Amino acid sequence: MPKRTDIRKVLVIGSGPIVIGQAVEFDYSGTQAIKALRDEGVEVVLLNSNPATVMTDPEFAHRTYIEPITVEAAERILAAERPDSLLPTMGGQTALNLAKALAEQGILEKYGVRLIGASLEAINKAEDRQLFKAAMQKIGVSLPKSGYATTLADALALTEEIGFPAIIRPSFTLGGTGGGIAYNREEFETICRSGLKASPTSTILVEESVLGWKEYELEVVRDSADNVIIVCSIENLDPMGVHTGDSITVAPAQTLTDREYQRMRQASLAIIREIGVDTGGSNIQFGIHPRDGRMVVIEMNPRVSRSSALASKATGYPIAKIAAKLALGYTLDELRNDITRETPASFEPTIDYVVVKVPRFNFEKFPHADRTLTTSMRSVGEVMAIGRTFPEAYMKALRSMELGRVGLESPELPAEKEEREKVLHEALRVPRPERPWFVAQAFREGMTVDQVHALSAIDPWFLRHIEALVREAQTLADYGRVDQLPDDVLRLAKSHGFSDKYLGRLLGYPESEVRSHRQARGIRPVYKRVDTCAAEFEAYTPYLYSTYEEEDESPPTDRQKVLILGSGPIRIGQGIEFDYACVHAAFALREAGYETVMVNCNPETVSTDYDTSDRLYFEPLTIEDVLEVSQREKPVGAIVQFGGQTPLRLSVPLEQAGLPILGTSPDAIDRAEDREKFSALIEKLGLTQPENGVARSHAEAFKVAERIGYPVMVRPSYVLGGRAMETVYDAASLERYMREAVSASPEHPVLIDRFLKDAIEVDLDLVADRTGATLIGGVLEHIQEAGVHSGDAAATLPPHSLSPDLVERMKDQANALARELGVVGLMNVQFAIQGKTIYILEVNPRASRTVPFISKATGVPMAKIAALCMVGKTLKELGHTSEPEFRHVAVKESVFPFARFAGVDVILGPEMKSTGEVMGLAEDYPTAFAKSQLAAGVKLPKSGRVFISVKDDDKPAVVDLGRRLRAMGYTLATTRGTHEYLKTKGIETQMVQKVKEGRPNIVDKIVDGEIVLVINTTFGKQEISDSFSLRRESLMHSVPYYTTVQAARMAVGALESMKRSELSVKSLQEYLGVKPQLPARR
Amino acid sequence: MTKRAVLALADGTTFEGRAFGATCELVGEVVFNTSMFGYQEILTDPSYVGQIVTMAYPEMGNVGANPEDEEAGQPHAVGMAVRSLTPQASNWRSKESLDAYLKRHGRAGIEGVDTRRLVRHLRTHGAQMGVISSDGHSAAALVERARTAPGMEGMDLATGVSTKTPYVFTTPSPDVFRSPNDPRPTPELRFDVVAYDYGLKRSMLQYLVDEGCRVTVVPSNTTAEEVLARKPHGVFLANGPGDPAAVKGADRTVAALLGKVPVFGICLGHQIMALALGGRTYKMKFGHRGANQPVKDLTTGKVEITAQNHGFAVDDASLKGKAVVTHINLNDGTVEGLAVPDARAFSVQYHPEASPGPHDARYLFARFAKLMAG
Repeated sequence: MPKRTDIRKVLVIGSGPIVIGQAVEFDYSGTQAIKALRDEGVEVVLLNSNPATVMTDPEFAHRTYIEPITVEAAERILAAERPDSLLPTMGGQTALNLAKALAEQGILEKYGVRLIGASLEAINKAEDRQLFKAAMQKIGVSLPKSGYATTLADALALTEEIGFPAIIRPSFTLGGTGGGIAYNREEFETICRSGLKASPTSTILVEESVLGWKEYELEVVRDSADNVIIVCSIENLDPMGVHTGDSITVAPAQTLTDREYQRMRQASLAIIREIGVDTGGSNIQFGIHPRDGRMVVIEMNPRVSRSSALASKATGYPIAKIAAKLALGYTLDELRNDITRETPASFEPTIDYVVVKVPRFNFEKFPHADRTLTTSMRSVGEVMAIGRTFPEAYMKALRSMELGRVGLESPELPAEKEEREKVLHEALRVPRPERPWFVAQAFREGMTVDQVHALSAIDPWFLRHIEALVREAQTLADYGRVDQLPDDVLRLAKSHGFSDKYLGRLLGYPESEVRSHRQARGIRPVYKRVDTCAAEFEAYTPYLYSTYEEEDESPPTDRQKVLILGSGPIRIGQGIEFDYACVHAAFALREAGYETVMVNCNPETVSTDYDTSDRLYFEPLTIEDVLEVSQREKPVGAIVQFGGQTPLRLSVPLEQAGLPILGTSPDAIDRAEDREKFSALIEKLGLTQPENGVARSHAEAFKVAERIGYPVMVRPSYVLGGRAMETVYDAASLERYMREAVSASPEHPVLIDRFLKDAIEVDLDLVADRTGATLIGGVLEHIQEAGVHSGDAAATLPPHSLSPDLVERMKDQANALARELGVVGLMNVQFAIQGKTIYILEVNPRASRTVPFISKATGVPMAKIAALCMVGKTLKELGHTSEPEFRHVAVKESVFPFARFAGVDVILGPEMKSTGEVMGLAEDYPTAFAKSQLAAGVKLPKSGRVFISVKDDDKPAVVDLGRRLRAMGYTLATTRGTHEYLKTKGIETQMVQKVKEGRPNIVDKIVDGEIVLVINTTFGKQEISDSFSLRRESLMHSVPYYTTVQAARMAVGALESMKRSELSVKSLQEYLGVKPQLPARR
Repeated sequence: MTKRAVLALADGTTFEGRAFGATCELVGEVVFNTSMFGYQEILTDPSYVGQIVTMAYPEMGNVGANPEDEEAGQPHAVGMAVRSLTPQASNWRSKESLDAYLKRHGRAGIEGVDTRRLVRHLRTHGAQMGVISSDGHSAAALVERARTAPGMEGMDLATGVSTKTPYVFTTPSPDVFRSPNDPRPTPELRFDVVAYDYGLKRSMLQYLVDEGCRVTVVPSNTTAEEVLARKPHGVFLANGPGDPAAVKGADRTVAALLGKVPVFGICLGHQIMALALGGRTYKMKFGHRGANQPVKDLTTGKVEITAQNHGFAVDDASLKGKAVVTHINLNDGTVEGLAVPDARAFSVQYHPEASPGPHDARYLFARFAKLMAG
């Protein structure tokens, strides 16, 4: 079937801010989809609130709306743009939920818009568990025993047949929020309550436990002619019970006979047909009983997903791109396979390597959260590794994780035998992020595969391989000296994925010595292609991975090339922004005529799309793996300043090994990162930084803190995202910090700074070229006061309260810093303003988190400009000599994963906790702030009771807020102190009790839904701990809360703005004054 | 202890690895298969008789071996070249390891081979004769042995693997996932079908039984008269190894059957039917062997993902005016199916019985039943 002629203009919905369960993979799929639609001459309108994405670059879609992903905003966009179709399958659950709401509220019909890819009926059938169950029964596919409940009583009745353990899954939630596994009635009741709350339809599924069953996923693609293909099968190493996003997964499936695989394939075909996904990709999860082969279907997603991104990267088959074209009416046989060129897309990829994905967790950011992995996803990122065998891929994946582990190191265990065994057994039985290392340890402790299987339910096939790796490590260690390793033993170890560093640790040698010995013996990796077809056809796409075998099939070209090092797994503090920068570098340098060579190991990203760069090496970002690539590619240099800390950490050793580092020198980077050198730099330039000191021992820390005076900010050096950064209020807290956090980074000292109370924090980003010229990209003023991590703070561009004179002075200081450091490329400066004093908090001569935000708001592609400067262009040559001018304002707001981590305080501090960000664009600050809040999922109330409880310093400031809220018709509730204070100012409020004062108190009122907005500021350890439950319950009951008076002020302004007029929408292209190149009408 | 093994190709290329299975020296045509599942079905498929199968997927032996997944009573491939033999078979139906299974049947394996290099080599230089040996002979001697071994072209391998005496087959396909307490109803056997055994796979017969056929399997050299004397509702031409043109007398026999009784052919059976119609076959460079080949049904426009295993193909042009090409391979445009509607005969180059592979084309067995029902 050829392309439909009735689809000319399509609205694509993105997935919004990065959150757990919905991350960079949707930038990858959305970017692919938009490119595919454009290639077909379709006009594309995009709605996505996330500015840090590649897909929202103004040159991708014809019209880009960085607006809240809400029904209201979408309706205005439909009214303004009048697209004929809506593609809801590229933006995760967010896009699907919005499309569903638009369809159900008759809005699509009103504007004559049809859903393409998946119909409303198909979405409902797949997502509503009751309809799904009926559909599965109709086609004879088994499900775990289950039943639905809308009340706790119903749920309890169900357990009679189902028994314990039972699984609770709320309907229509993302990544299983609010669900869990209950082993007894008490747990069951708790989880059911949270599940009923989390589900927008207040419906939960109570299900037979299939804990310990083998878990599989199939990625399925269907076209309008009902051709169906399976792109990839995935087997989870962690059996059922752990969310697939939190599981180590392997492609293809390893332990299925053809009979079992075909049964699963047949079921998948029947399911996608019965659910009625017309065109595009779906993923279907299955469980298989390990002892009798009984198969059940777990769930289906009628859209592209994290798994389809993984499947695309694992096979080279671009699911999102193909799905977008299928939505236009093409059939699979009409589309080409990009990689082989000759063959059609209507085939099933077959691979001749093994792919392992390992999730990356950030539990260290939430020290009080339970680390047990359940059916609710908690990982924030992932890595993928490709090897010719499972051991090779597994070992490559583990070293890609950047956890400081280079192999199967021993985890800590008690020395006493009985206790040791108890801890080990528990660590095998209870899935936690570090289980892989306990599994390896189990074999070291003499346990058998059967014993480990009995405890962990991990399939013996995987366990035997891990056991063999442990034995091999022992054998290797026994050689004692690296030069005693016979060549064939060393070669075999390399082919099993042993890194030089791990070999070095086993033998007691530095990595560099293992490397020189290995290379001297001629034991080098070869590079093979990911080609979708197991070498049956010639592949044209240099998508490569290393292995230790005979044939290298991808010799480098003799072109001028630049190596771009990606940012590895996403984690809090190193998110999508860095992938965005790397992608921009690749685009700009390719355009400038360089061959671009990307190295990265994150399957979710745009940077690992095979056509982002000229050559893609899907490899761990370690010295060894990067050096092997650079020694064969011989680039003119490497870009290390775009991928965050991951490549920065490699810059010095790479430079020492002879790889030129482009742009700012590693020396200059060190000068900015090293506290003592940095202080000297600040002094030299006559600038000011907060009083500070460096402590290398406990005693020194107390001395420095005494000198500066509490509270102080403490942190280890060389970190991103404020890892282990804290505000410390007294000596006792410092003692605890030095005990717990310093061990987190032993090679580096602890930095102690004066805490700047009531200061305003500012981010400034610039590009500098080799002549010392600079381009200020933008200045962002934080809404929260200094002390809140810049990645977590809301901020405005341009500054909303700073005088032009102050802003000019900051720019001058930034320029001076860039010149002094010899920055070539990007630089970010963080300032704090206290009164008239400008303090320099940090200088980061690299891509920062704010670069994409500023670039998007101003239309100046800073990362691209910087990449060109790094290869020798000047700003003058590039035509970027003056700062961008614009009249609109942009507000950044952060989103947080607190709801997924029970018992965690939502208060913001110096350690970054947010996973993503949104942008609100408007002509004025209050409106932009309102949009940013809606985009971040905060439901600003139109009426109701606002709760105010603030610390004494803030009391004068809330007088005005109280008046304005009353004037808009809100009523006020306050705690005693605030109540009395406001009373003296003539503002009537209802007094409620604090939690510690008895019941009913403010938390009861929040739980009962009597409060619509919370303004709560505190200072000091005791106060923070006293008001914890207030913030936590606000979060869990979706009551907007502001924990700083500045944010509260913005929020009140936003409420006023929303009262004045409805929020309007405007495309980024209109804001920036760029004319989109519209496709010619045919 | 593992023993070194060598795989030597006739063109002088050698691959080193470790021996598994039976340690001996075996000669065969070296081919590759890209299927990620079902190595046991592949090894036991009689079409692989005399061949050394290179598995493109690197992890092998993962699910061990079991009696239900055999396509014949023994492995027909003489050997197997793999990247990595698993240390642990893991599947609820596994009865023994792949290593033990090959040992038991005297088949040789070599592991640790850069199989991607080997596949790429065969893709570029074509399938060719080779030797697997763990006997310590020099590489040069092994190459010489491979070079002088007789090739597949012109070899009548089918007659060699065919049954020597007729037998009746009435066992439906096993439903290994069903509880023994809940057996599937046995199909009513409405049709008498004669199946020519050119090297057939058990699952073909099972699927015929599933469609209600009582199957009489006859040797490949059975005459048309003998078959017609049985008054069958239909004749089935099975798959088999090697060069269709070399199967003695098969084309004339099938020509005598066409028009008299509905005929359904698969793979070698399809090629023989083409020859019977006056068409030609030719040897392909490296053939189609895998479970992911896209085939388009030209009558419906639909695409089937098919299992394939053939080194010869039917020449499209030679069929002009004799038969209708009903299916083509979307990768290379080769003929995948033909039909002679007047003669109530059709055939496909690929394997609707899969085993291993997708079941997209299983409907063809029902189509045959429908044809027989009139």
